[in-house]
Amino acid sequence: MTAPALLEVRDLTVEFSTRRGVVQAVRHVDIAVARGETLAIVGESGSGKSVTSFAVMRILDRAGRIAEGSVRFSGIDLGGADEAKMRDLRGREIAMIFQNPRAALNPIRKVGQQIEDVLRQHAQAASDAAAKAIAILEQVKIARPKERYHAYPFELSGGMCQRVVIALALACRPQLLIADEPTTGLDVTTQKAVMDLVVELTRERGMSSILITHDLGLAATYCDRVVVMQNGRVVETAQSKQIFTSPAHAYTRKLMRATPRSGVTLRELLPEERLNGETPHSVKSPAKLNGACKAAGANRAPLLVVEKLLKEYPRKGLTRSWFGNLLGRNQPPAEQLPTVRAVDGISFSVHRGESVGLVGESGCGKSTTSTMVMRLIDQSDGSINFDGQDIGAIPAKKFARLPLRKRIQMVFQDPTDSLNPRFTAARAIADPILRLGDIRGRQAVRSRCEALARQVGLPLELLDRFPHQLSGGQKARVGIARAIALDPDLVILDEPTAALDVSVQAVVLNLLQDLKEQLGMSYLFVSHDLNVVRLLCDRVIVMQAGRIVEEGPTERVLFAPEAQYTRDLLAAIPHPPV
Amino acid sequence: MTDIAAGKPQAHATGLAATISHVRYVLGDNRVTAFAFGLFVLIVLAALFGPLIVPYDALASNTSVALKPPSLSHWFGTDQLGRDVFSRVIVATRLDLLIAIASVALVFLMGGLAGVAAGFFGGWTDRIVGRIADTIMAFPLFVLAMGIVAALGNTVQNIVLATAIVNFPLYARVARAEANVRREAGFVQAARLSGNGEWRILLGHILPNIMPIMIVQMSLTMGYAILNAAGLSFIGLGVRPPTPEWGIMVAEGAAFMVSGEWWIAFFPGLALMVAVFCFNLLGDGLRDIVDPQRRT
Repeated sequence: MTAPALLEVRDLTVEFSTRRGVVQAVRHVDIAVARGETLAIVGESGSGKSVTSFAVMRILDRAGRIAEGSVRFSGIDLGGADEAKMRDLRGREIAMIFQNPRAALNPIRKVGQQIEDVLRQHAQAASDAAAKAIAILEQVKIARPKERYHAYPFELSGGMCQRVVIALALACRPQLLIADEPTTGLDVTTQKAVMDLVVELTRERGMSSILITHDLGLAATYCDRVVVMQNGRVVETAQSKQIFTSPAHAYTRKLMRATPRSGVTLRELLPEERLNGETPHSVKSPAKLNGACKAAGANRAPLLVVEKLLKEYPRKGLTRSWFGNLLGRNQPPAEQLPTVRAVDGISFSVHRGESVGLVGESGCGKSTTSTMVMRLIDQSDGSINFDGQDIGAIPAKKFARLPLRKRIQMVFQDPTDSLNPRFTAARAIADPILRLGDIRGRQAVRSRCEALARQVGLPLELLDRFPHQLSGGQKARVGIARAIALDPDLVILDEPTAALDVSVQAVVLNLLQDLKEQLGMSYLFVSHDLNVVRLLCDRVIVMQAGRIVEEGPTERVLFAPEAQYTRDLLAAIPHPPV
Repeated sequence: MTDIAAGKPQAHATGLAATISHVRYVLGDNRVTAFAFGLFVLIVLAALFGPLIVPYDALASNTSVALKPPSLSHWFGTDQLGRDVFSRVIVATRLDLLIAIASVALVFLMGGLAGVAAGFFGGWTDRIVGRIADTIMAFPLFVLAMGIVAALGNTVQNIVLATAIVNFPLYARVARAEANVRREAGFVQAARLSGNGEWRILLGHILPNIMPIMIVQMSLTMGYAILNAAGLSFIGLGVRPPTPEWGIMVAEGAAFMVSGEWWIAFFPGLALMVAVFCFNLLGDGLRDIVDPQRRT
């Protein structure tokens, strides 16, 4: 770094004025980006990483302001620049890619026109705008760019939309690209394709880029240098190799530890101090005995047997007449209706006390499978046998009030969405007990809730809070407590940690493992993250396009995959330099 | 700032205290809302204690002081029968407010529940409720209300019913939209797993979540309900003279406008305007209070 830095952030402090006074989101941050360098800013939610980038772009919302420090971009003082100057710089000199590509594109304009808009805005094109837009689409490796020029965002997949957003960002050949969680919400294979593209294009053009992410592995794989932020401060800046081999700061070490990666066990994810002390959940309890009894039946018949499970959905908008639509009668005889098979005749089984991982990318049918097993939707064909009873024959609508309901429960993906905003934590946990449990009386239900809260490590004083007063990890614990309230035999975990920070994820995964051992439950773990599945599951089922492509013991599938698709999935996981 | 799974002690006020402090914050933050709340309290006081505090009997005529302009003894003047306009305006508050509240409660029960069911169940329920709402919307609403009262009979109950029916589509649509977005929400699925039947989910899980929006809707339509009831009385349907009611008083006073006795129609009209204005402002303020985004 002999040349002067392209972007130099010095002593930056950003304040937000809120109801409870002024909050400093970013405190005295120094960041420098050299020309042609790729820098990563890594941190968990609330670390101030996004706010820093918003301050650089000067797009803080009205409550926020730069309180101290300076932002200099190739000699220009961005902190003092007026709005007209900033408008000119944004897009032309500094471009930004946001997390949700669909939200970043205008839904009612063709993607090609949107690229043209950017070009015209910065006077980079006039009559040749359309041709230039198509050329840019080609550069971001969109197949058939001439056709795709006329596509609307909803006609493109998530990964494709992100490519269009990248095309928009790079259209005017900016010198600096800021990517704010560009691949969160995308599948691993898509993530790899998008990141490879970003790195290739920025290298080719000699651009600098800043990658903002919560994923240390992704940062270290694709960036030259990594800045680690915590609570609005920079705690460590180092070359990415160094971050992985010898992290200097305690927080970086904690973050590194908590990141699921190959070669570590579930317990090793927890912070060091937690390992030495006794884990709060491993205390002997009557439930443990109960669990042992259940586990003893491991060699008996499997708990869940799914055979030739099939789910078809009618393909929309093909055979409807306008008149039929008007009357709401749009159903021609079922056999003539063209259908999409979300789940295409899959068979698998789950034994007692076993954890089975169901892995695949979005749209592979893993969630549809789990909701059918859960009896929330009806299958089109096939059978679901649970402990000898054909629960597939019971319509989903009737299943809710049957005693069998108690034995199959679920932990949802988004802890916020799955809690009723108007129920306190205690009320949420008590709901299944009130409806299906055999505990009666206010006092008894309350003490059961408290016992469950202790079991999942939720402080009792939080029981009377509403979901919006709880943190993500606390909400996840409430969701887990609710799922185990009726002492179920099978729990389906639908990406239970996808919405959580890595350090929280580590704790929650360990909690799930402890609970399984204590209560002798079986898990069906639905996830897209192979690293997480490896930690928790005995057996893995890999799904693609509604079918099972590979099935077997976790170690075998992950270390000696047979199917090409499994190999692709494994290769797409970021492999940081070690 | 960082979320810690184990939960650190946070100073959160809970329950009633939090609600009161939040209301105080919104009122302090927005003077207009505070003003609307003040007006609302005045209107409610007038409705509750009006007949006890007014200086004259609202029905007693005294022809010796007929058609007197506003003065110290008769603040709003007197009408053609010598009745005190001020007393009549205040006493009328109770009847007008009662009609409005009753009709809003009725339409909430009909439209709100039908809308929630339509949004949650979809299918035939949705189609039927939707078509009913469309049909009602196809009429000029005031003419429809007139028709209903004329057909069913000239009573206060029928005014309430007619006002409720013309407001039905507003409630049904808002409730339907709100229930529809929550239909597949995680907490609804979770409620199914907990063994809740569909109706229990509808009433116990979905309805409480859309209540804040419905309350705002109720406040906003309250003003319209008052106007509608007064309008019906104005054209001679519903409440009959000599009962003090704002609509009738405006109607009676209108005849004297040309001869210069403006106060007979002006003051009840003003009361009507203030009431409608108050409920509309209140609706905006309530939205701020119940909006969870502002409650952090």
